[in-house]
Amino acid sequence: MSDLSWISNVISAARPQAMGALLRYFRDLDTAEEAFQDACLRALKNWPQNGPPRDPAAWLIFVGRNSGIDAVRKRSKQTAMPDEDQVSDLEDAETDIAERLDGAHYRDDILRLLFICCHPDLPPTQQIAVALRIVSGLSVKQIARAFLVGESAMEQRITRAKARIADAGVPFETPGAVERSERLAAVMAMVYLVFNEGYSTNSGEAQAREPLCEEAIRLGRLLLRLFQTEPEVMGLLALTLLQHARAPARFDANGEIVLLEDQDRKLWSGKMIEEGLALVDKALRHRKPGPYQVQAAVAALHARAAKAEDTDWQEIDLLYSLLESMQPSPVVTLNRAVAVSKVRGAEEALAMIEPLEDRLSGYFHFFGLKGGLLMKLGRHDEARVAFDRAIALANTAAEAAHIRMHIDRLKAEATQGKSEKAS
Amino acid sequence: MLYAVLCYASEDVVGSWTKEQDDAVMVKLLDVQERYAKANKLGPVARLLPTTAATTLRKVKGESLVIDGPFAETKEQFLGFYTVDVENLDEALQFARELSEVNPSGGSYEIRPISIFSPATVKS
Repeated sequence: MSDLSWISNVISAARPQAMGALLRYFRDLDTAEEAFQDACLRALKNWPQNGPPRDPAAWLIFVGRNSGIDAVRKRSKQTAMPDEDQVSDLEDAETDIAERLDGAHYRDDILRLLFICCHPDLPPTQQIAVALRIVSGLSVKQIARAFLVGESAMEQRITRAKARIADAGVPFETPGAVERSERLAAVMAMVYLVFNEGYSTNSGEAQAREPLCEEAIRLGRLLLRLFQTEPEVMGLLALTLLQHARAPARFDANGEIVLLEDQDRKLWSGKMIEEGLALVDKALRHRKPGPYQVQAAVAALHARAAKAEDTDWQEIDLLYSLLESMQPSPVVTLNRAVAVSKVRGAEEALAMIEPLEDRLSGYFHFFGLKGGLLMKLGRHDEARVAFDRAIALANTAAEAAHIRMHIDRLKAEATQGKSEKAS
Repeated sequence: MLYAVLCYASEDVVGSWTKEQDDAVMVKLLDVQERYAKANKLGPVARLLPTTAATTLRKVKGESLVIDGPFAETKEQFLGFYTVDVENLDEALQFARELSEVNPSGGSYEIRPISIFSPATVKS
């Protein structure tokens, strides 16, 4: 690994804390970003010569703050601040100052930095793009690639979103306990959005979008480091790890989606699963269940099953019914119905999802499941109707292909049935 | 003499490596280990999951208290360890030096003589 790529890793690791502190000093996102950029340039010049600082974040905050103040002074034609060569990080005095200034604040600094990206006026995709730019420090080019749009379009989108954030005014007061937990909830939702943006994809795009999943996991770890005892943050990180662990098995050689029950489980990432399971264990000890923990627990049951047949559907049914009571939604009920069909049969599952048809009339998975259940019950004509609806609603070619496979089976059984009658 | 070589580095930095970067570092670290393994000098080795997965048990006024997170909040974290059976401190330091040469994390290695050592009964 070259010196420069080593430095860029150190900078990106220090970024959230440094940006968060600079935003607090300057109370303006653009000034903070400029100051941070300037500190990075100086780091690229200084670190290879003088060796790495003991505390890179403190160094970047200190140098960034000086350069920001310097910029303001230059504008008002005053004398410049001392050169960064005089800022020796080996002299602990300065690091200590920076640390004393920031140690107490860093949790709220990073939370604020994440929180400003969650402004309710911003549509989800803009929240994600801004968070990746400001917090993760991905380049506009990298973000554009993950969103499958052109660089200039993404540049515009981010500029517009940042202007909106500036208009809204950044909340600088130190949050109280209630406010802090509200901010945390908004930030967790945003991190999960980042993850889903990377996860819900079809074959050709999977590789381009994978960095979004990795970034979400990194943000989840960052959040858990700040809120070590929050079981929902453990749940969120566990959920993203356990889902992303399946990434290597989600597409076949032709790039077609492989359903969970057909995936080659040996391809799942054992390391991610172990970390996810460890976090689920930790969260459960708190006995304070929440939606992320419950979803993580479902993912954990899938991860624990060595073969699809070993899946503990009974427990999954229970977990989804818990999730239904926390977060009622037709999609959650639909997911529960899959478990119900395995535990108590297709008839009961069908009865469960039929009332949802109005609300899920545009949802591919509803008609896919409905068709599958009807087929199991031998109601082939109705199954065919549901499958046709599913194909019309399919989001990807792979989804449509999967349904066509069922229709072919229906046809095969129909001809078989006729020939049996004839004989 | 048996030594533990304890690895400390910033997990933020190590966590910011891409999978490719991480794999490349692991290959180089394995090379070093292999040389010592061939000379029958390498004992059990472990890389730990991030400290966010850690739980700490502490005894407070005679009662054990379970706390989420690592033992201490530090700038650099305890990320893993090696055990080596070498001639002396110089050789243990040499092992650590070889590791640090191929490891770009910029972390530290603590070389600590082992007092009680029970070889593994658990297979990975």
